[in-house]
Amino acid sequence: MNRSVVEVRDLVKRYPRSPVNAVDAISFSVEHGEVFGLLGPNGAGKTTTVGVLTTRIRPTSGSAVVADVDVLRQPTLARGRLGVVPQRSNLDRSLSIRNNLIFHAAYHGIPASERGARADVLLEQFGLRERAKTKPDFISGGQSQRIMIARALMHEPHVLFLDEPTTGLDPAARLFVWDRLRELRQRRVTIVLTTHDMHEAAQLADRAAIMDHGKLLAIDTPQALVRSLPGAATLELAAEILDGGSADEVFAALRGLPGVEAVERVQAQPQTNGRLSPVLADPEQAGSETTHALRVRLYVSGDAPMLVAPAASTFAEHRLAITDVKLGNPTLEDVFIHLTGRTLR
Amino acid sequence: MNTTVATPQSETGAFFAILRRDLYVTWSELPIFLAQVILQPLFVLFVFGKLLGSLGYTRSVYASLLFPGMLALTVIITSMQTLAFPLVVEFGWTKEIEDRLLAPLRLGLVAAEKIVFAALRGVIAAALMIPVGILVLGSIPWRWSALPLFLGVLILAALLGAGLGLVLGTLVPPNQINAVLSLVFTPLLFTGCSQYPWPSLARLHWFQIITAGNPITYASEGLRAALVPSVPHIRPWISLTILVAALALLIAIGIGGFYRRAVD
Repeated sequence: MNRSVVEVRDLVKRYPRSPVNAVDAISFSVEHGEVFGLLGPNGAGKTTTVGVLTTRIRPTSGSAVVADVDVLRQPTLARGRLGVVPQRSNLDRSLSIRNNLIFHAAYHGIPASERGARADVLLEQFGLRERAKTKPDFISGGQSQRIMIARALMHEPHVLFLDEPTTGLDPAARLFVWDRLRELRQRRVTIVLTTHDMHEAAQLADRAAIMDHGKLLAIDTPQALVRSLPGAATLELAAEILDGGSADEVFAALRGLPGVEAVERVQAQPQTNGRLSPVLADPEQAGSETTHALRVRLYVSGDAPMLVAPAASTFAEHRLAITDVKLGNPTLEDVFIHLTGRTLR
Repeated sequence: MNTTVATPQSETGAFFAILRRDLYVTWSELPIFLAQVILQPLFVLFVFGKLLGSLGYTRSVYASLLFPGMLALTVIITSMQTLAFPLVVEFGWTKEIEDRLLAPLRLGLVAAEKIVFAALRGVIAAALMIPVGILVLGSIPWRWSALPLFLGVLILAALLGAGLGLVLGTLVPPNQINAVLSLVFTPLLFTGCSQYPWPSLARLHWFQIITAGNPITYASEGLRAALVPSVPHIRPWISLTILVAALALLIAIGIGGFYRRAVD
């Protein structure tokens, strides 16, 4: 089954008294059962985009359809089909955690006879059974996040929107939320999440859209985004130069290998295995080291591991003995830097 | 698959679910609600209706004209307080209202629920005032024949207070709400003809004009017309007309403000 659950076309939002568009003519669609990540730094327009899709923000122009409902024309109908987990807790502080779930279901027309059972299943699933009677004021940030996800699932939405679901959570709480989201993905719940954490997007999203200054810069699977980076994968090799070996010749030969975009000599980082570090412990001695040892980094497009064997033979041909091999994989962070020229934080 | 919606949602169902939520919370915080509603009128009735009378500073008729005035004031202030400050907090800080703004009903109905709920609390406050009045004053003025007028003014007053609360709660910026509430509250309290009948102000004409601008005046005068018609009062049809007009104006402004806060 491959139908769009979210369809955004030329969406623009300009806030009053703002000189620029917060969301600047973006288009994308999310398929049924997909986890879609909107990725970008704070202020990129992610939250505004989710705000429009969840009927809380009126766009300046463009269209947005969620679960076959035009959110601009029929916001009431759309609200029944979507679930929202906001960035900050908006739990009802006058109600217990269980009642937060129960009343949410009531607002959405779930029959009274089903509400309790559904709430209990979700409380159990999200590890909240013991806190069921607690008021939201007395729980941690990680727990509120879990409650809000459970609450959003009470009316079984067609699509779940999560705005920065793990921002501000400690590592354990974050892993717990990730695990729950992976379970939802296995159950083919369509999810749109925003994050400024590239790692999170890589972990969770089937496809990610990189967003900056209100524009979508790229949309693809995290793997494809990373692969698209020219020379972002690296292969680092350290070697000892044996008698008759030549560093310069090996340089030239490495440059000639297929897929290698650039070769550079690097200062060896202190090694825990102790092989190189004694030589390089004093940077002043870095020059003298060249006669014994060499460390190079190859920038590769495509798969770096495939280059290990040809690089090793090249070294051997030129009488260099390899002492260390290290693969550097590019991340979505590198993709972001490549697209925007800036780091994320 | 997780994509079936259990029942077709009805807006009426969502409306009553939200109302039930508010009533449930009021019920679970009942002692606080009762104290909030009863304390102030209890003291005012005791000091001005009972104490000053027994000390010989006021005539006995004063208690009977004070009671309907306090009733009007309590209803309006209770309804207003139910909305104004909590709404500012919900929109500005706790965002608690979001789950209801994301429920499948028109935002105007979410605002309407707020008004209905606040007015209900106002009417409950009025109902509580009757035993409080009997307890403090010994007896209260009462005319069964004027019950329709009494209920009409009471319900309009409750809705008016709710409208006032909706306007304040949605138009005042969160960081100014404390200042604005205290600036609005005290003048409202003392210019609403709750403690004196409006026609008697003819001797203090400038103050009579000021009090004519406070909608509470017409609620006080309307209830006086129902309960103590012997005291000079504004004619009921005038009071009712002005109450309805003020209510329509406040609700229009308030719902507009609610939309502005709910949707960016």
